[in-house]
Amino acid sequence: MARATKPVGDWSQDFDVLDAGYIEDPYPIWDVLRTSCPIAHTERRGGAWMLTRYADVVEAAHDIGRFSSLEVGVINSDVQREPDDEALAQYGLPPISADPPLHTWTRRLILPWFSHKRVAGYEAMTRDLARRLIDGFLDTGNADAAVDYAQQIPVRVIAKILGVPESLSDTFTGWVRDMLEFADDPERNMRGQEGIGSYLLDEIGRRKVDPGDDLISELLRTNHEGKPLEDGLVLGMAALLMIAGIDTTWSSIGSSLWHLATHPADAARLVAEPGLMSSAVEELLRAYSPVTMARVVTADTEFAGCPMHNGDKLLMNFPAANRDPEAFERADEVILDRAINRHVAFGTGIHRCAGSNLARMELSVALQEWLRRIPTFRLAEGAELTWAGGQVRGPRVLLVAFP
Amino acid sequence: MKIRVDPHRCQGHARCYALSPELFSVDDYGQSSVIGDGTVPPELEEKAHLAIANCPESAIEELRNQRR
Repeated sequence: MARATKPVGDWSQDFDVLDAGYIEDPYPIWDVLRTSCPIAHTERRGGAWMLTRYADVVEAAHDIGRFSSLEVGVINSDVQREPDDEALAQYGLPPISADPPLHTWTRRLILPWFSHKRVAGYEAMTRDLARRLIDGFLDTGNADAAVDYAQQIPVRVIAKILGVPESLSDTFTGWVRDMLEFADDPERNMRGQEGIGSYLLDEIGRRKVDPGDDLISELLRTNHEGKPLEDGLVLGMAALLMIAGIDTTWSSIGSSLWHLATHPADAARLVAEPGLMSSAVEELLRAYSPVTMARVVTADTEFAGCPMHNGDKLLMNFPAANRDPEAFERADEVILDRAINRHVAFGTGIHRCAGSNLARMELSVALQEWLRRIPTFRLAEGAELTWAGGQVRGPRVLLVAFP
Repeated sequence: MKIRVDPHRCQGHARCYALSPELFSVDDYGQSSVIGDGTVPPELEEKAHLAIANCPESAIEELRNQRR
């Protein structure tokens, strides 16, 4: 959620990803930047470059030598604190915030948990969950599609995978929002980090005594080069899965429902042609990609004519890349049966979202179940609509009415 | 038509598998590979072209001038 920030005059030299107008409607700004200054810069929030063209984003994502993942947050956290062996910050969030070799082997540990086969095993519970949530508001004729639906689904699936109680879903969601959505608010950011950190450390301790069949227990059973993983590393990996598992897909489900609420012809088409769901999901992921990731420049270099310095931050704006008319025909239109759609909503290169199979299943099931029960719906008249942006963009309040 | 997946380029997006499970398989780590020797039966050629065009890593290629 955007807090008051100094108005942006020139987006090419002073961009602000937390600007309220940008969060709500970034598309015209990207269009101007792509044609006038495709690599924008800002001194705000610690300074950063921002890539808006598909080709540049793809090149940077693959250039892991020049662009390190040691800092992936788009907003610099200015929290100063004493070093703490058990703090989340100490180990980061591998593999997302790691370069090879740490990235390579930690990623291999989690990938099988999100394989096609495993994800198929979570589908029934996801569908059942979606149905129960709809049961809760169907008769009232209105709902907050973000809070009462989208937000409730991914958190429960990842809780199951991590073996933590579903009943704490709202707490987990609150911590993740504090970390990502309020990254520019030191107090909230720290509250989120400490909440997740201390909760998961307790869980790690508990599983050492009483292991289960969950991912945290599995990591604790794992040896790397003959030694068990350090608690801090297990903590970082578990925290990553909680953070990435909650906020991103929730945002995608919410944006997709916003699109269908405001484009009734698309909703009707999906109801009439359920076989389109698979290409529709890819298209909605492209058009409303939630995630922007950062990199840090490892040595003075030139990228697409821009002089970059060791330590500079670089934002890979995947959402902007996915609307680049050089890469997509009619880039600003949602075409549910778009046949060629090489989008990078899940990133590209070695950091491709490890949970992409899970996210696709959740988005697809959430839309199927919604449209089955609520085939026609619209934004509630005069209702407030709140978007969050920065690292992850999506609606946070989305009041809709039906039938 | 004959195709292959470059294992060094593939990053496990699984778009090919979603478009054509008849032609591709994906392992537990997301790595995709062609089923069999990659020969595409005529009725699946359109799907193969779609898989090639949708791979975000451009990891699928058509092998040309293959002797049968």
